[in-house]
Amino acid sequence: MEPILELLSKNSLYSTKDMAAMLDMTEDEIEEKIASYKEEGILLGSQAIIDYDKTEVNHITAFIELKVNPQPNRGFDKIAENIYRYPEVMSLYLMSSSGYDLLVTVEGSTMKEIAYFVARKLAPIEGVISTSTHFVLKKYKSKGIIHRSAQVDERENCN
Amino acid sequence: MFDCKNALSQKARDLKPSGIRKFFDLLSGREGVISLTVGQPDFATPWHIRDAGIDSIADGHTFYTSNRGTPELRQEIASYMSRRFDLSYNAETDILVTVGASEAIDLAIRALCDVDDEVIIPVPSFVCYSPLVEMAGAKAVFVETMPEDGFKLTPERLSAAITDRTKLIVLPYPSNPTGAILEKEELIALCEVIKKTNAIVLSDEIYAELTYSKKHTSIATIPEMKERTIVINGFSKAYAMTGWRLGFSCAPRDITEAMFKIHQYAIMCAPTVSQYAATEALKNGDDDIEMMKAEYDRRRKYLTKALSDIGLPCQSPEGAFYVFMKLSDYGLSSEVFCERLLEEHNVAIVPGTAFGDCGEGYARLSYAYSLEHLKEAVKRMDRFVKTL
Repeated sequence: MEPILELLSKNSLYSTKDMAAMLDMTEDEIEEKIASYKEEGILLGSQAIIDYDKTEVNHITAFIELKVNPQPNRGFDKIAENIYRYPEVMSLYLMSSSGYDLLVTVEGSTMKEIAYFVARKLAPIEGVISTSTHFVLKKYKSKGIIHRSAQVDERENCN
Repeated sequence: MFDCKNALSQKARDLKPSGIRKFFDLLSGREGVISLTVGQPDFATPWHIRDAGIDSIADGHTFYTSNRGTPELRQEIASYMSRRFDLSYNAETDILVTVGASEAIDLAIRALCDVDDEVIIPVPSFVCYSPLVEMAGAKAVFVETMPEDGFKLTPERLSAAITDRTKLIVLPYPSNPTGAILEKEELIALCEVIKKTNAIVLSDEIYAELTYSKKHTSIATIPEMKERTIVINGFSKAYAMTGWRLGFSCAPRDITEAMFKIHQYAIMCAPTVSQYAATEALKNGDDDIEMMKAEYDRRRKYLTKALSDIGLPCQSPEGAFYVFMKLSDYGLSSEVFCERLLEEHNVAIVPGTAFGDCGEGYARLSYAYSLEHLKEAVKRMDRFVKTL
């Protein structure tokens, strides 16, 4: 994997200066490479992974399975566009499953809010045949990170 | 009341406590210390290896194994040494599985040294060799390595230390604390000296997987050396398995037999659970080694540059996960520098003198820590250095 992408995929907060030191490159080289990744749509964004259960914020995640009718000549692309332009839709994937076609992740403040979104906005989209909504009850691990408090370094005070 | 102090053996009484331990005692109880002292990886053992250990317990493998180590593990060790280091050893006769590389070092010394035999130990180096030599009744002969030689043992210095009582020559490369490695040409030059003697080489290669811009060469690959070398290696550093206590030796049959005899009586066998986990590590862990090494390499580059930027230059270490940093430009002894750094800025690094008197003027920093941790340490060290 490209070294800069490898670093950023683990931790997007590395400064250009630190990355330059770690990879034996100049800061200019790092910045140029990052700019070109962004232009090519390879580096799309960098967001913090937050455990909302530990905060006061109401935050629910749902996975919705959509069965759809692909369109002649356009396949799934047009339907996908109609779905992902909603800001509530956090992710949208075309799946290999035989049970459904598209997997949507939606985030909202309550289960009711999400259920209404699915019923009023997603289900009526032209081409959508059926929806099946599953709510996340508890997150154990997100994007490779286990949801737990910072671990104490056990190694201190030994040789 | 019975005073058992009087019952202690002379050897035990004479054994000096570790210089590193003394410094750790200063550390304990302090809050908020940024420490760069530990000599073990910050990675937990890769999950598939832990899983194999857990499975072995669940499957009821809770008995002694063959004293030498399970046949499967020894076979995997033989195949590992061949594919990673071009060394060919017979799993049946040349390989012994031990409780850490530490036990292998102890066995080697006890199997070879008679009273008053001399053991050459390059310094600064890890603190375990001379106490074990003393316990065996032999004599430790320290050979200083110099910064202008990159802290590598040179043929001239080795030659000057050899006598007709020299039994064993310890070569601990890649080195703790200096990070120095010995390249093929350098090994060949040392071998020219060694071949003129009857000495055996004890090659402590525990950090062999952690070399960065140059691949590790084992002295046993140099012609005519394998028959007089004990190669010691293990799982602690390469696979982040320090707590599992598993290592091994590869040596000519006769030496292995002698080590085996002692091991058989003193230890029986290395922990069974660790042996099963280690077998999995050798079979499927090559990618884990590469991943951890890449991470250490990034930190190595970061730390050497950052320290140099704040006026604390260090030899760019080619191996292990330590930086041997020069302090002498500031006119403080290693101990005073490190004590003041700890007292005034809550950063702990190990004074070079913990590894031998010739470590004076230096300190060892470990980069087995996250980048954030290293950055904070550097920031505080910068503040300290500006006050000097």
